[in-house]
Order: sequence, then structure tokens, then C-alpha cells
Amino acid sequence: MNMLLLIEQILNGLQFGVMLFLMAAGLTLIFGVMGLINLAHGSLYMIGAFAAAAVAGWSGSFLLALIASMAAAAMVGALIELTVIRRLYDRDHLEQVLATFALILIFSEGTRWIFGSFPLFLNIPEYLKGTVILPGGIEYSLYRLTIIGIGLAVAVGLFLLISKTRVGMRIRAGENDREMIGALGVDISVLYTLVFALGAALAGLSGALVGAIQSVEVGMGEPVLILAFVVIVIGGIGSIKGALAGALLVGLTDTLGRTMLPVVFGTFMDASSATTVGSALASMLIYILMAGVLIFKPTGLFGSS
Amino acid sequence: MLRERTVNMIVLLLLLVVPAYALITDEPFTITLATRAVILALAGVGLNLALGQGGLVSFGHAAFFGMGGYAMGILASHAQNYTPILESPFLIEGTNSMPVIWLVAIIASALLALLIGALSLRTSGVYFIMVTLAFGQMFYYFTISWPAYGGEDGLSIYVRNQFPGLNTLDPIQFYGICFVLLCAVLFLVDRLNKSPFGLALNGAHQNEERARTVGINVYRLRLVAFVISGAITGLAGALFADLNRFVSPTMFSWHISGEIMIFIILGGVGRLFGPVVGAALYILLEHFLGGLSEYWFIYLGAILLGVVLFAKGGIIGKLAKREVGHGK
Repeated sequence: MNMLLLIEQILNGLQFGVMLFLMAAGLTLIFGVMGLINLAHGSLYMIGAFAAAAVAGWSGSFLLALIASMAAAAMVGALIELTVIRRLYDRDHLEQVLATFALILIFSEGTRWIFGSFPLFLNIPEYLKGTVILPGGIEYSLYRLTIIGIGLAVAVGLFLLISKTRVGMRIRAGENDREMIGALGVDISVLYTLVFALGAALAGLSGALVGAIQSVEVGMGEPVLILAFVVIVIGGIGSIKGALAGALLVGLTDTLGRTMLPVVFGTFMDASSATTVGSALASMLIYILMAGVLIFKPTGLFGSS
Repeated sequence: MLRERTVNMIVLLLLLVVPAYALITDEPFTITLATRAVILALAGVGLNLALGQGGLVSFGHAAFFGMGGYAMGILASHAQNYTPILESPFLIEGTNSMPVIWLVAIIASALLALLIGALSLRTSGVYFIMVTLAFGQMFYYFTISWPAYGGEDGLSIYVRNQFPGLNTLDPIQFYGICFVLLCAVLFLVDRLNKSPFGLALNGAHQNEERARTVGINVYRLRLVAFVISGAITGLAGALFADLNRFVSPTMFSWHISGEIMIFIILGGVGRLFGPVVGAALYILLEHFLGGLSEYWFIYLGAILLGVVLFAKGGIIGKLAKREVGHGK
């Protein structure tokens, strides 16, 4: 395997990682502030992708599609927070899991009902098509590079929002002591709706961005949701920093595992069984990573015990 | 309000009367539906031991369900093709005898539960939910990418496995096998719940610190419960595979974990017959709503949401009063 291919795979891993970060950041914020496990986060990702595909098809503008993805996901997010999620904060995790699982059923079938079972396609705009030459002569997809840029920009923005602004201060206070900031006169229910809508918008954006590489279809959010869970278990629940570290770790491990393992096994096996064993093991690799983290640090890399 | 025991007896009676009626009126499809309900109920009874009694919200029981299914699939496919599973260092051949397959399914899923449980139980609360979900999903992807036993397409078994003295291809006889197994497991779980083990498990669920203070090794207690729970769900998986004569990675899908959990919440968490009522109701809903609309999952979602938000205690909770010293 040559160096160029390896660097390309590392970039692919980064791209996958920042997408996971957009999902995991919302999940971990919602868990950190409201103590809620939200399975319907994957549905918000799907809603973002569908909204983007619909708006892009109607207007032809990719930028407008991205804005629509965030707006639609945030709106649906705020709506379910006000109607359903709000009633779940005081309930135990089992009830949260089941109620948000019920939301997945409703959203998935609802989307299938409106858009049909066939996947939609969201095209990469002309100005992001093609490749760029990176320093060192590496040719890489401009669109994927843009995704990495957007993801990192969101990460920086989120850090600034949480550490520098008034809303961020309230979010941090909410993580520490919910009742106290309520007693200090902060309207906690507005804060909750806001945090939920913010997490939803990030999920929607990531759905739209990925939707342009893969297809936009019902159920697209579920595998990503589970990976995002792996990410926050590795990073530590409630920690944005952990979500970023975990997401990059999972993105790189998965992408590199899929390309490297068959090669590694190929050094001492015949080619076809190396591919079989390598790819089967690669599909389990991130879970093995998660198990490893759990053995040494059950609360995740950045989690507090 | 009825007593819970009365409700349970009515449920058992219905599980006898409905298939008997279907047999008389010659509706084998109804018997197949009832068989499905009984098998899924068994999977739910398994999860309920960990979830209802132990408070361990496992979102990865599909792993055990699938493991049971593949135990059946692998053994039966080797028997079907007359190829041994292993030739060296010693010979292992496939089999199409149900009792052997059950035993293998139980042992395999118990071992898997031991592994997953030992890791997952190091965490608690929401971590536990996510970790079990992730481990379940791991096997889903593994079976998809492992081509030896059908990969993504799954494995078809052409003839249902044999049970000594019975014709398993006759729907009512296969139903009988499943029903007897369900009753046996219910009896066992009931005894277990009332044993010192079950009381300690329930105690640790209600107050972990207190249980620890009186000298209970909570981790080991929960691990044992998790293993038994996984083994029961694995047995259900083997039966489910035999019902369909087909296994595929979908048995490992997290939707299965979610569905098994739905049975419990529909019927009533921690109630002995909760999963039985829940699974039966689920099959009825699937049958009737599925007939009404292609998009029946919307209605299922709405019903589930309603039950979670407004009907704590599920169906049995609505029908029966709490018995003293039962549940949390």
C-alpha cells in the first residue's frame, strides 16, 4: 500500500469522523443538559437529508438546501421537544428509549409515506465537484474536503458557543445543576427547547452533507445513530471534547480498518480468505475499540465518573 | 380489578383455546401466528428477567436471539448438506434434532451473554443501554460480512428440524412444542424470581447501595441474571428460526431488540406474563393494522408512545392490581 493511498484514507476517515461528530455533539449535549437518551436523533438526520433533497430539487441551490436541512431538523426537533420529549425528562431511561424508539417508527414510516420507498438523490453542486491537489501532490475530493472544513468549523463554533457566550454558560450551568439555574431565574424549559433544536440542526446538517455522497433514504439515520452512540461511549457522555475525540477515533479506525486489515491479513493468508477475514473483522473493529475503552475507562475517555 | 394470577391464567387459557379453535376451523395460518406470538413471548420473558427484575435495560438482546437462530441455522445446514462442521481435531457433525439444537443455542447465547454482560455491566444507566446496543449491532455487521453462512442473504433450511415422536411440520404440533417450552420457562423464571437470587436481584434494582451494604456482590448477581436472560432469548431465537426455516442477519438487527422491549412495556414491566401479553398484542396489531395500512408502523409508534406516556404498567398494570412484594 502506498503512502498516497494511506493519506487519502486518513482524510476519508477524518471526513467520516467529523460527520459523526455533528451527530454525537447533539446527542451528548442533549444527554448532558437534559439527561435524555434520544434515539430519534437519527430521524432528525434523515429529516435533514430529505429536506435538503427536496429543497435542492425545487430551487437548484445547494446552499439553500443546507439551510433548509438545518431549519427543518431544528423545527421538527423543537416540535417533538415541546410535545413529547419534555414529558420524558423525569422518566427513567427505559421509558425514554421506548418513547424515542416510537418516534423513529413514526418518522421513518411517515417519511416513507410522503416520499415513497425509493431513495432520493442530492447532487454535489458544480463548484464543489472534482478534486483538489493538496501539498505533497495528493489528489482529494473537494467536496469531502469541504465537509471536513464545515465539521471543524462547527466544532470550533460549538466550543466558542459553550465557553464564551451567555447561552453557553447557561448550558454548562444546566449540566451541573438543573434545579439551581431554574431557581436563579433562568427559564429552563426555553433553554431545553433551544439545546434540543440546536442538536437537531447539527444532525440535520450532517444528514444533508452525507446525503450528497450517499443516497437519501428512509432508515439512513439508524446506522449513524448507533455509531454516534459508540462515539459518545468512547468519548464520555456529556463531553463535547470527548465527542470530537471519539468521533475522529471511530472515523479513522473504521475507515483505516476497512482498507488496511485485508492487506495486513494478506501478508500471511491467501488473498480471498484475507479479504473475507479482514473485512469481517473490520466491521467489528470499532466495537472492539469500544470494548477496550470500557475495560480501561468505563466512563469514557473524557467522562467524569 | 382482577388479581394478577387470574389475568395470567386467562392468558394461558387463551393461548390454548385460540389454536385449538383454529385447528377445528382448519385455519393453519392462525396457528402460525399464535406460534410466532409464543416464541416472541419467550424472547420477551428472557429480556424481562434482566430488564424487569434486574433493571438492566439491555438494548442488545437481538444478539442472543440471533445467536440462537444461527446456532440452529449452522447445525441444520450442515446436517442438510451432509457436511461436518469440523473435521479436525475432532469430528463435529450438524444435526437436525431440536433438543440438541436447543441445547447448543442455549449454551452459545449464554456464553455470548457472559462476554457482553461482563463488559457492559462495568457501566450503568444510559451507558449500559448504548453499549449493549452497540454490541448487538456488532454481530449484525459481522454476520453480514461473513460469507460462510449466507452473509447478507441468510440461510434457508428446507425441512423443519425433528423432535422425537412428533411431526414438527404439522403446525399444531410445533405450536405445542413452543407452548410447552414457554410454560416451562415461565415456571422456571417464576421460581427464580421468588428465590433468594431473584429477591437479591430485585433488591439491587431498587437500591444498589443497600444491596451492596448487606454483602451482595451486585456485579456477579447481575451477570448471572444477564446470562440466564440471554440464554432464554437464545432459545427463542432457535425456535423462531425453526418456525421460519430461515435465518438472516435481520435477527441481529436492533429493531429486534427494540421489539422485544416493546413486548415488555406493552404488557407491563417486571410482570411475569407481561411479555406474553405484549407479544400477543404485538402480533394482533401487526396482523390487523398491517392489513389496514402498509404504513402500520406509524400506528404502532403512536400506540407505543401513548402507552409509555400515559399508561404506566402496561396492559397487565391496567387489568390487575399490584400484588404485595412484587416488582418495584
